[in-house]
Amino acid sequence: MNEIVHAHNLVKRFDDFTAVDGISFDVRTGECFGLLGPNGAGKTTTTRMIACVSPVTAGELTVAGLDVRRAPRRIKALLGVVPQEDSLDPDLTVRQNLAVYARYFDMPRALAEERIDESLALFQLLEKQHQPIWALSTGLKRRLAIARSLINQPRILILDEPTTGLDPQARHLVWQKLRYLRGQGVTMLLCTHYMEEATHLCDRLVIMHQGRILVEGTPAALVEEHAGREVVELHLGEPERERVLAEVASRPGLMVEEVEDILYVYARTADGRADIAELAPESDTVVYRHANLEDVFLRLTGRALVE
Amino acid sequence: MTITLPRFTLRTPDVSYRAYHVWQRNRDVYLRLWRSEAIWPLAEPVITLLALGLGLGGLVELKSGQRYIEFIAPGLLAVFPMWAAAGECGWASFIRMDTQKTFNAIIATPVSIEDVITGEIMWGATRALIGGAYILAVTAVFLLLDSPLAILALPIAYLSGLMFASIALSFTSIARSISSLNYFFALFITPQFWLGGVFFPLDGLPGWAQGASWFIPTTHVVTIYRGLVEGSPQWSHLGDLAWIVVVTAAFYLVALLSMRRRLIQ
Repeated sequence: MNEIVHAHNLVKRFDDFTAVDGISFDVRTGECFGLLGPNGAGKTTTTRMIACVSPVTAGELTVAGLDVRRAPRRIKALLGVVPQEDSLDPDLTVRQNLAVYARYFDMPRALAEERIDESLALFQLLEKQHQPIWALSTGLKRRLAIARSLINQPRILILDEPTTGLDPQARHLVWQKLRYLRGQGVTMLLCTHYMEEATHLCDRLVIMHQGRILVEGTPAALVEEHAGREVVELHLGEPERERVLAEVASRPGLMVEEVEDILYVYARTADGRADIAELAPESDTVVYRHANLEDVFLRLTGRALVE
Repeated sequence: MTITLPRFTLRTPDVSYRAYHVWQRNRDVYLRLWRSEAIWPLAEPVITLLALGLGLGGLVELKSGQRYIEFIAPGLLAVFPMWAAAGECGWASFIRMDTQKTFNAIIATPVSIEDVITGEIMWGATRALIGGAYILAVTAVFLLLDSPLAILALPIAYLSGLMFASIALSFTSIARSISSLNYFFALFITPQFWLGGVFFPLDGLPGWAQGASWFIPTTHVVTIYRGLVEGSPQWSHLGDLAWIVVVTAAFYLVALLSMRRRLIQ
């Protein structure tokens, strides 16, 4: 079967608040699928339903062909979950954390020991294996949380904001491990609000906002379609700003997005790029760069849509 | 347009043998930390026995002619294990549930929330059993046991441990913060310690107070222990036992439902 997670018109309501509002998507075996969106978009709620720890209000949701309402234990045996919050056992050592977790999956001791050795080596935790959790840095804890989630060799790995709160070095190390796992064919579902993270890791993604899916596609295609190739950021004072907005409106090759005191001008076409150069000659209030997922996100969830 | 009704959620609790894995997790942590965990349960019963049994006991004359230290020994067998079970499923479970997110980590595996609750209660009862065995040994050293039947105090310690653990976990499941549990310990556990018939005979109390004491769990536990330690078991003790079983079952169910409501949203 190619689709390991299948969601159709999935809804989650808490009393009168709708956290997930009828979303449909499929995660294919072997890919890294991203759920992007700001805090409160419904990403975590969606993963909690997949992980069978949050009952579905309405709609269809299957994992490996099993209905989350009917076979939670069988589904949970196939999942690896890296939660947003640290949930390691602080009183146990690194190694004991993995051993205790393996037991929850009824794993025979010898097999568990073997897998623990492998994953400690893979995540560069061998030296720390007899240390208590409180002695670990945040980055090491996150690596251990990922190692723990892999102990049952899951069919799909669910990562909820895996690098939030990490310094850049620790973040890159986590990304490197995740890319390695993707190379090994591990299917991943990645929730993140870091667009850069999604660009690095995801094969396909959806952008969520207020419980709904806005768009779906590969990172490159989404950028191309919604933000074009080049962007110019203009930090301008009031009179200049009015002039630029008027200019942009008269040129069909350009699009503009206002966020606080910055104007983002997007070029749809090659002509548009020439237009931009004319409109905003280089200076220290003007920044040229390639378009990225962040721009897609701004375009889609910009003011017009929020208000 | 279709209208979605909430699903009918009354369902049989999903308890399995995996509760044992939760018990094992708590045991592993205890074996790592026992030096600091064990000091209170080791020191306090001996201090109490010395201070109240020998110290205060020198001033007290019971109508029955029994020595005061002999009178309180069976009661201590009941109340310190109560503290052990309630402390474990009160404060310690709350920290696991709320601060450490241990329950969340466990239910991401094939272990269900009902397994977690069951394992927690089994572990709370185990702490009561450990405490009971220790106090039994101490009272034996003080030559306060009159009957070999006293050895039956161990299964009773486990059973009453299940009861106190279930009651404590029911409170934990509705506690907003760790300090909310102070209400439980101040208004429920501490009164049982002092007023449950451990330190003075209940038959000296006015009638209404004796009636009220029937509703207090420790009263029944203490009554059974007195029979066992003194070697005078009676049929009425089966009634006390049944009382404990019913209360245990009721609060176990409350803990299951209430904790599910809290954690599975």
